[in-house]
Amino acid sequence: MKFTLSWLRDHLETTAPLAEIAQTLSAIGLEVENVDDRARALAPFRIARVIEAAPHPDADRLRACRVETGEGGAVSVVCGAPNARTGLKTVFAPPGSLIPGTGITLKTGRIRGVESAGMLLSLREMGLGEDHAGIVELPDDAPVGASYAEWAGLDDAVIEIAVTPNRGDALAVRGIARDLAAAGLGRLKQWSAPAVPARFPSPLAWRIDWPEACPFVLGRSFRGLRNGPSPDWLAARLRAIGLRPINALVDITNFFTFDIGRPLHVFDIKKITGPEMVLRRGTGEVLQALNNREYRLEREDCVIADAAAARSLAGIMGGVESGCDHETTEMFLECALFDPVRIAQSGRRLQIHSDARARFERGIDPALMPEAVEAASRMILDLCGGEASELVSAGAMPRWQRRASLRLSRLREFGGVEIAPETAITRLEALGFTLAAREGERLSFAVPSWRNDIAAAGALDFAPTIAPDYAARLAMRVAEIEPEADLIEEVLRLGGLDAVPSVSLPRTAALPGPALTQAGARAALVRRVLAARGLLECVSFSFMARDEAARFGAAPASLRLLNPIAADLDQLRPTPLAALVPALARNLARAAGEVMLFEIGPGFAADGAVEIATGLRAGAPPRHWAMPARAFDAFDAKADALAVLAALGVAPDSLTTSAEPLGHYHPGRAGVLRLGPKNTLAAFGELHPNLLAAFDLAGPVAAFEIFLDAIPAAKRRRRGAADLPPLQPLTRDFAFVVAENVPAEAVLRAARGAERALITAVSLFDVYAGENLPEGQKSLAIAVTLQPRERALTDAEIETISARITAAVTAATGAKLRG
Amino acid sequence: MTDDLPDPRDNADADPCRAALHDIAAAADLRALEALRVALLGKAGWLTLRLKELGKLAPEARRARGVELNTLKESLLTAIEARRVALEESALAARLASERIDVTLPARPAAPGLIHPISRTMDEIAALFGAMGFTVAEGPDIETDWHNFGALNIPAHHPARADHDTFYLPPENGEGAPRVLRTHTSPVQMRTMLREKPPIRIIAMGRTYRADHDATHSPMFHQCEGLVIDRAITLGHLKGCLVDFLRAFFGLPDLPVRFRASYFPFTEPSMEVDIGWNRQSGELGRGSDWLEILGSGMVHAKVLANGGIDPGEWQGFAFGMGIERITMLKHGINDLRPFFDGDLRWLRHYGFSPLAPAMLHEGV
Repeated sequence: MKFTLSWLRDHLETTAPLAEIAQTLSAIGLEVENVDDRARALAPFRIARVIEAAPHPDADRLRACRVETGEGGAVSVVCGAPNARTGLKTVFAPPGSLIPGTGITLKTGRIRGVESAGMLLSLREMGLGEDHAGIVELPDDAPVGASYAEWAGLDDAVIEIAVTPNRGDALAVRGIARDLAAAGLGRLKQWSAPAVPARFPSPLAWRIDWPEACPFVLGRSFRGLRNGPSPDWLAARLRAIGLRPINALVDITNFFTFDIGRPLHVFDIKKITGPEMVLRRGTGEVLQALNNREYRLEREDCVIADAAAARSLAGIMGGVESGCDHETTEMFLECALFDPVRIAQSGRRLQIHSDARARFERGIDPALMPEAVEAASRMILDLCGGEASELVSAGAMPRWQRRASLRLSRLREFGGVEIAPETAITRLEALGFTLAAREGERLSFAVPSWRNDIAAAGALDFAPTIAPDYAARLAMRVAEIEPEADLIEEVLRLGGLDAVPSVSLPRTAALPGPALTQAGARAALVRRVLAARGLLECVSFSFMARDEAARFGAAPASLRLLNPIAADLDQLRPTPLAALVPALARNLARAAGEVMLFEIGPGFAADGAVEIATGLRAGAPPRHWAMPARAFDAFDAKADALAVLAALGVAPDSLTTSAEPLGHYHPGRAGVLRLGPKNTLAAFGELHPNLLAAFDLAGPVAAFEIFLDAIPAAKRRRRGAADLPPLQPLTRDFAFVVAENVPAEAVLRAARGAERALITAVSLFDVYAGENLPEGQKSLAIAVTLQPRERALTDAEIETISARITAAVTAATGAKLRG
Repeated sequence: MTDDLPDPRDNADADPCRAALHDIAAAADLRALEALRVALLGKAGWLTLRLKELGKLAPEARRARGVELNTLKESLLTAIEARRVALEESALAARLASERIDVTLPARPAAPGLIHPISRTMDEIAALFGAMGFTVAEGPDIETDWHNFGALNIPAHHPARADHDTFYLPPENGEGAPRVLRTHTSPVQMRTMLREKPPIRIIAMGRTYRADHDATHSPMFHQCEGLVIDRAITLGHLKGCLVDFLRAFFGLPDLPVRFRASYFPFTEPSMEVDIGWNRQSGELGRGSDWLEILGSGMVHAKVLANGGIDPGEWQGFAFGMGIERITMLKHGINDLRPFFDGDLRWLRHYGFSPLAPAMLHEGV
């Protein structure tokens, strides 16, 4: 919402300077987005007369002018404008002034040998328009030496505020003035609109066929009009707030839209068929709207139609064909009340943003309608002559009268501030509330017609789990409390929220408990573990291109955005890994050597989202004199996954590694870690070559995904006494020859299980296949650590245990001790 | 060292003895020294043999010869020990010299991993609000229209919906209203009200989505929501809580904080909160400009009722803030887009060590 300072002063008597007005507007909820104080920028520029414009002796396109500026003698100015001519009245910028259109500060200088002490300006150079064909041409009676801005009526600051959706009344200069007056910044001026004489019966009448969309409408015909350009004051005012003046009749409707927040529309009667204007549903007809675009009007749209066609999309935009132009002599004025929700729906569906829509969808002042018609009629007669008909109407003004009551103690108990009762009453009365009743501390106010946001009826939208009788009780409470909160808000905002003292929250306990949920604390731990292992944390979009998502699992239609912002952001990712791989590719394309990334975030599936910690290692580690070069492999990923699981309390021995990789992994170089037969805690391995090819990735990518929700909560148990045997552990090595397809884990598991009381560790230190071994066989060398408990083991006992280990491994895997 | 030795010219054994001492002193290494020891003092050593022959001598001669030989033995042992120490010392010196390395060579690299600034900010928020007795609540990214809008007093055609640029997903099971990607973290308010009885003191942080993409808007971003419901919570507490948080989070005890009246459908009164800064330099707490940083208000009676809480008995406040925004301000990051890019260079520049987590006693 834009308005000028002088327009505001039409409604507000105030001595407050612009800065204070702007500050107050922001404080009371009418947030100032911009103040364009053009008077300041234009202040140095004066009206001047070209005494003589002679060709420049050394340049064909330049003129050497002598200029009368009203100060001192004639000034020499070199000018390049083709219209710089003797006798022209124009605008002069003295040396030292900043030219708004170019950002350059003028200096006296010589242009090709001729002195130039200033500049003659175009509109564009003054920042007032795009016209730069030549310097400004002013009428002959423009006073030389006077301030141009003052003479042209441009010494008027333009203020732009953001109006929140609840404040339809603030989409009017008068509404803004009322708020400022109530905040103590002046006095709201009287405004009234006496009826104009009705000289003839209206040839057009209203009919409402859809009262839900339009409960009440007023109209009036005019004849004998002379339409044409608006007077300067009106055109300048509209231009200042960014509107293009069209003709007096149209400009008058725009003026009242902004002045009192009352959208109006004017139809050229000669372009209307039949004696009746009907408010009805659309029937699929096409309207050529005033923005010169065509709209198909549907059943949900309220239209204003004559006997021949729809003439206007009600409350949003009129049609071109019935519009008023310079030839208009007979006109029908529309002043209607429309249902805000239907206007919002139509406007959104047709994507029309108009000043009328903005006001109707927030709700306009119904009680103002008759006066608005009279005020507009008065201006029409003043500017265009002619005469007005009797008023015509259809429907009835809906009942808008409401009450809202306030318990004074609630200002302190809810608002947190002591406010004297009389202060609260004064503030509300300044906004147009009237104190209707006072019972003890309960004040009952009549709500003004323009504040449809106060004590508004509005349905509750209860959670389905709430029982009907409780819901009914809650609804009663809301009906009592909501209007009170409305009033408290008004009282507080007008006094400034700075007046409310800040109070630190009282403690609820001597010491707070943990803030994070168990899942949150686990995610935080996983984040630290992975970062401590050298991975960098990423946060990636939850959505991505559907075909890329499909490479990492299912990309079901149920997880496809109905309105994606871009085609490559249309599918919710099945796993955050799907976002890390493109990030990897981008980094490698930037010649990053080694890329190690992780992310903890949601992976989306048709049956719900799961929290996944995922990471990858890829690229070439930096070459180093002391470390052999090697590519990342599945065991890097497995180590990452195991480290996270261990940190979350999952003992490595309780896991089984299964070579059944997820689809996006290399089928032979990946697996999953399971707890028990079914619960998959993590996947790890090298990514599938097809996937790498799709992202233009060369070498192997070692990746893991840990399904955090699947990991059982770590038990918080007291630990038993530490077992620290005094006897030395001893280690025995075994080399087993097994078939190549026997998993190493089977050998390790069998060895470990052979003598649980004594074996504390089994490690695998060599894998060998090739020479000296039969085809299809491999050798696994393991070291078994034995921890004697009560006494040292005898050689014979060690032999027995060794034999048992060999037997167990052989039984489980068919392995033979290597000879 | 030879003073105590018999004069070789007086004794038939003198020559070997003198030669022995010479050989010991000249032994090139420990092996040669050991060979000498064996030759002199071993089982069949020169001196051992002579000591064995003592028995054959007459008692007087034996005594004299015994003293002489034992003296000789002592001196041989002393000489051998001295040589051994000297040889060991020089061997060690040689070894140390041979083991010398160039300590200026670069060490094996262990590139540090780092935590994303968004995670860091969320940790700091949790620590600070945790100290004020808040717990962290969670909710899903995919929400029902009711949780995201209806329950929060934003009915279907409310103009406020237009500000939300909502992403929609097909309805659950293909029927009913489309699901939404939550446009704010406020639906967690409703989930908390339905799950817990007041008093409530929670924050909710996480991913939020709006169909808006330009230099200052990302279609995905993060919010932190706060909700306090109790019997006697006033707007003064709202102000105190947020002022306390903002000053602690930015580490500026004097940070100017301004509250401006505003409008949100789910709070009343509603207010926006600005902090003081210098627009030119970006410095917080200085200068005469104001920067909008969060939205807040007293929880709307309808919202409480929709969540089954009696607004006649309970009241409180709620707030919401953009996590990227406060992160950018705190750390002087001036571009939003790289937050979600996974660019190593950016992550290394702005990331945080996992070993310095946000803890109040170490300073967040």
